[in-house]
Amino acid sequence: MPEVQAAVAHQFEDFEQQHEADSLGMWVFLATEIMFFGGLFAAYAIYRSLYLSAFEAGSRVLDVRLGATNTAVLIGSSLTMALAVWAAQTNKRKILVACLLSTMLLGLVFLGIKFVEYSQKWEDRLVPGLNFAPQGELLQHFQQHHAALPEVELYFCFYFFMTGMHALHMIIGLGIMTVLVLEARKGRFSGMHYAPVEISGLYWHFVDIVWIFLFPLLYLIGGRY
Amino acid sequence: MSEHVVSPKIYVLVFLTLIALTALTTAVAFIDLGPFNTVIALAIAVCKMLLVILFFMHVRYGPNLTKIVIAAGFFWLLILISLTLGDYHTRDWTPSPSGWSSQQAQGTPAGSSASPAQASPASAAP
Repeated sequence: MPEVQAAVAHQFEDFEQQHEADSLGMWVFLATEIMFFGGLFAAYAIYRSLYLSAFEAGSRVLDVRLGATNTAVLIGSSLTMALAVWAAQTNKRKILVACLLSTMLLGLVFLGIKFVEYSQKWEDRLVPGLNFAPQGELLQHFQQHHAALPEVELYFCFYFFMTGMHALHMIIGLGIMTVLVLEARKGRFSGMHYAPVEISGLYWHFVDIVWIFLFPLLYLIGGRY
Repeated sequence: MSEHVVSPKIYVLVFLTLIALTALTTAVAFIDLGPFNTVIALAIAVCKMLLVILFFMHVRYGPNLTKIVIAAGFFWLLILISLTLGDYHTRDWTPSPSGWSSQQAQGTPAGSSASPAQASPASAAP
């Protein structure tokens, strides 16, 4: 009992109430994140419907293999994150550290693949504002599909801003994971105190969900058949 | 309830389902289904989201209060997207009154007579 008492802050009746308040608070924050990314998704929906041919032609330029691989990598990192919560709940310190480190590793693989994609777009001169001037086959591709270049540029504005915002959330997530690993190594988490792992997990899974929507919207629905 | 420990077996099952759905949505993108390509892609994405929320994020085992907060978040998103799209897609349903110099008005007969203030730079050209 003394351990249980120590884990519950004095304003809460019991451990369960504290746990519910912890995750509820995180979900309220995530609701604001839904609105943040939701604004981007709404803007994307409007401009995609206004400039459909340009957005479809732009979408087909993306590398669907890299996009699908990244989706699998991110889902894998969500699995290791979920297992980390399980390890914390069942007092398995070594497995907890291993799971958190695998989550970070998969997150870094995701960002690495994203970097490869970005550098390809840079070489193809498809970065709006900095070097947007597609040439050769790419230019022919856009002309064949009657895609006006300013409209294609708008598509890539959305591509870079949405994936960039997502990548920024991943980098913040990696920072949170680093703190968790350091704390977990000291044995700070247990079945009676795993809220930080659980809450960080909610954030990590949310970032995964954003990508689950970005992948079909940006890569897949451009008429690749 | 909230101390519910989800077994790794369930996590792995959810993970495998998510990977299968990713493969499915990628494969479907290469088949011509007309407007249903977008519908199916979004439907699969929603299924994947629900799996992540319910199992990885433990909402299935959580209190109803959390579920209401999440539903409210998505309901707000629905308002944002549906009303914004509704605005953009109904703007040209009614003709602009004559004298309004929007881009749409210039194409319609009603808008052919531009307001004096707008017409002066154009009429100065010839």
